[in-house]
Amino acid sequence: MSATDMAMDSSAARDDAEPHGPKPRRVSPGRIGVYAFLVVAALFFLIPLYIMIVTSLKGMPEIRLGNLFNLPAEPTVQPWIDAMWHACTGRDCYGLSPGFLNSVKITVPSVIISIICASINGYALTYWPYKGANVLFGLLVFGAFVPYQVVIYPLIIGLSSVGLFASLPGIIIIHTIFGMPLLTLLYRNFYASLPVELFKAGRVDGAGFWRIFFYIMIPMSVPITIVAVILQVTGIWNDFLFGVVFAGRSNWPMTVQLNNIVNTTTGVREYNVNMAATILTAAVPLIVYFVSGRWFVRGIAAGAVKG
Amino acid sequence: MAEVSVKNLGVSFGHLKVLRDLNLDVAAGEFIVLLGPSGCGKSTLLNAIAGLLDINSGQIWIDGKNVTWEEPKDRGIGMVFQSYALYPRMTAEGNLTFGLRVARVPKDEIARRVERTADLLQIKPLLKRRPSELSGGQRQRVAIGRALVRDVDVFLFDEPLSNLDAKLRTELRVELKKLHNRLGSTMIYVTHDQIEALTLADRIAVMHGGVIQQLAPPKEIYRRPVNRFVAGFVGSPSMNFIEGTLRMSGAFPAIELPSGTRIGIDGYDFAAAPGDGRPAVLGVRPEQVEMKPIDGGSALPIEVHLIDPMGADSLLWGTVGGDTVSVRIGPDDTFRAGETVEAWFQPVNASLFDAKSGERL
Amino acid sequence: MASLRRAFPVHSIIGTVPMILVSVGVFVVGIGFSVMWSFTSSKLFPNWDFVGLLQYERLWATDRWLVSVNNIWIFGLLSIACNMVFGYLLAVFMDQRIRQEDTFRSIFLYPFAMSLIVTGLVWQWALDPNLGLQTAVRKFGWESFTFAPLVDPQLAIYGLVVAGIWQGAGVTMAILLAGLRGIDAEIWKAAKVDGIPNWRAYLFIGLPMMRGAIATAFVLQCVSVVRVYDLVIAMTGGGPGYATTMPAVYVIQLITVRQNVGQGMAAATMMLMPILLVVIIGGILMWRRNRKATA
Repeated sequence: MSATDMAMDSSAARDDAEPHGPKPRRVSPGRIGVYAFLVVAALFFLIPLYIMIVTSLKGMPEIRLGNLFNLPAEPTVQPWIDAMWHACTGRDCYGLSPGFLNSVKITVPSVIISIICASINGYALTYWPYKGANVLFGLLVFGAFVPYQVVIYPLIIGLSSVGLFASLPGIIIIHTIFGMPLLTLLYRNFYASLPVELFKAGRVDGAGFWRIFFYIMIPMSVPITIVAVILQVTGIWNDFLFGVVFAGRSNWPMTVQLNNIVNTTTGVREYNVNMAATILTAAVPLIVYFVSGRWFVRGIAAGAVKG
Repeated sequence: MAEVSVKNLGVSFGHLKVLRDLNLDVAAGEFIVLLGPSGCGKSTLLNAIAGLLDINSGQIWIDGKNVTWEEPKDRGIGMVFQSYALYPRMTAEGNLTFGLRVARVPKDEIARRVERTADLLQIKPLLKRRPSELSGGQRQRVAIGRALVRDVDVFLFDEPLSNLDAKLRTELRVELKKLHNRLGSTMIYVTHDQIEALTLADRIAVMHGGVIQQLAPPKEIYRRPVNRFVAGFVGSPSMNFIEGTLRMSGAFPAIELPSGTRIGIDGYDFAAAPGDGRPAVLGVRPEQVEMKPIDGGSALPIEVHLIDPMGADSLLWGTVGGDTVSVRIGPDDTFRAGETVEAWFQPVNASLFDAKSGERL
Repeated sequence: MASLRRAFPVHSIIGTVPMILVSVGVFVVGIGFSVMWSFTSSKLFPNWDFVGLLQYERLWATDRWLVSVNNIWIFGLLSIACNMVFGYLLAVFMDQRIRQEDTFRSIFLYPFAMSLIVTGLVWQWALDPNLGLQTAVRKFGWESFTFAPLVDPQLAIYGLVVAGIWQGAGVTMAILLAGLRGIDAEIWKAAKVDGIPNWRAYLFIGLPMMRGAIATAFVLQCVSVVRVYDLVIAMTGGGPGYATTMPAVYVIQLITVRQNVGQGMAAATMMLMPILLVVIIGGILMWRRNRKATA
């Protein structure tokens, strides 16, 4: 903070027999207005979370009373247990648990592979550009803006023809494809911001493409990789469309399971179980978010600041 | 034209006390320079006077009014920033008039002021351009114009020339001085460049560690620096410092070097009786040392190391005892490295400082 | 950056094979096929029976499609506009050196970390006509409070808008705040000395200086709007009826359940058009700015 930033509070200890100007304002009306606005906004953002939690801990009779905001009179974790292991998706009644495992099986490899590809891309584009590389990169970035629906059918056909449609490798490939544009952009910007002297020193030392990548670049890539991991884990875990199309029934991620549990029209809607299920599904990315704090913000800003 | 008074000013950021009980009185129409290294508090002081900072204690008075709690716009000040801070999406004219338009100054008055300011600063042909289309020097003029157009009595400058190259800096420095002569406004100017301070100021406030070390006209700061810090900060190349022990007894007062050599200081004007045996530092400016004997002067034995040719003159580098010294010599003087020469200086022009406190003796 | 090697960078090409495959294979060839199949009569599987613009004619004669286009415009314009304004307001207020800035930011941003399915389901529950917000507020005493848009075909889309704002305003705020913070501090000081009131400074000085951040936030918003599939499925399933269907939903339905690939590809190509337009315009603008900068 530069020395000329405004100080928060001014406690004026004035030794004066002399008249002075208007009283110092500790809390001006303007400042109250600022806080008021922010608090109201915060409430707007928090109320759904509150509703989620509160509903998930109530019994159905209490929910039917219709007091959405009341704290649970008799809190129970049964909805959570049901959501995880007993809720019915229309097909079977194993709750979210198969979905949870699937989400993990999908997310972990996808994150790893997409980051490896993107980091190599970014590195190559920055330090080893070849003719047409930037055109390819431009296409990739353009691809980031293309609605999925435009390319989804060719991808279905393509994956079918190699027998990978509706399979775990298939969805992993899909996530790698669609994660590539943004991540490559991130990595390219990051590598471009590093001092080029490091690279030159490596070259002088006789190292080639792969050696420089492994021994010089990767160790320095920790900050951007953290950001990339956060973005990918969040994005892939939260994905629904690709999961429902490409993963295959036995590999449906948690989000798909969730939607099936809640939006199946058979029987009575168990709102508490539904809400518990949503919390469980949102749990992993939320935890990542709260733990990573500033890195998450940095990731969004970094992803947003295009070249 | 308005006087500015800072009384017992205290500014802290968290636990860090940047300014402590600072007092400064600027006379109406005076050009005062706040000079010091980074972190000395000069910018903080300027921003406090401007009202851009909330202060912890003390008062600020401008033109006889206590403005301690007033907004910057109500203090009768104009300010020029290091990075010019011109609004990039407005034309130069837009930059000049934005504040006036917000204050609902009548259109003809605005036009009149812009005309006058543009004439004064010779920026008339630039008015319709955007800042990105102006050179550094032109931008700075528009920035000054923005302050001028507000018809204020006090101008504050926060290192306005630091972003310019050396040649431009010299040109604009001269222009600022001319501007001050024409307008006669009170000007408070912050810089770390002592040349700017020496050339522009009526008085200089040399600051260090949040405290004004010395407040005096440039000549006095140059000739009689009040402590070692001020002595070393002002003057380029900087003053030579030679450490030794003060010997008041004996044939003549002298500084005794660890090697035993004595350098006479007869004629030095002591503030008070200094006492014998006190560790002291002798300060002699490179330009005050001659390579030939001076009538009434003292000898200074220097072991020559090398000579730096600098165009108009040269700089001789050597050692006295263990301390490095530099001497301004003529461009054609030749001395050999390794030889010991006898240089001469006038003790009355020199400075003596207590080795521990740094205060002038 | 100038190439540092003159020899042929074999390894670079090898290393970027995935990128080559994706950028050409998916985003050129894939799009090409999609567009091409839109001119065929493909049903469940693609065929090569070209029928000219037939699919497009049928498309624009289908009420469901027209409704979805209408919806995406309403949803898009409203949520983008609201997000930008709300996001900027939040950013401005957050720029006031709030002591609990980190806490507030966490609160504003966490919806972004949640899946659109989750968002949709939560808001579906909140807007439930019998047991949701409407009933709860009525029980507090406000008898005539109505807030259950999802059951009304005319209003359901606005329910989606609210959910969209809830999800996206925080990210917009984060981007715009970063843009705001990138402005040289001395500009604000100069404005203060000039006597410019705070709100005017933010509006007339700050905003024009934030073009990059605004563009970024805007583009991000546009992209997520067009992709709005997950939210619709979770919140309304496209209903009531097909009152809240969107082009994204329409396409997926056509190629899966309704088994009409030709139509689906036509719809998908229509979805591509505005994006192409924005990209081309954006590209021209940037190219012109670069030209101006080097001129």
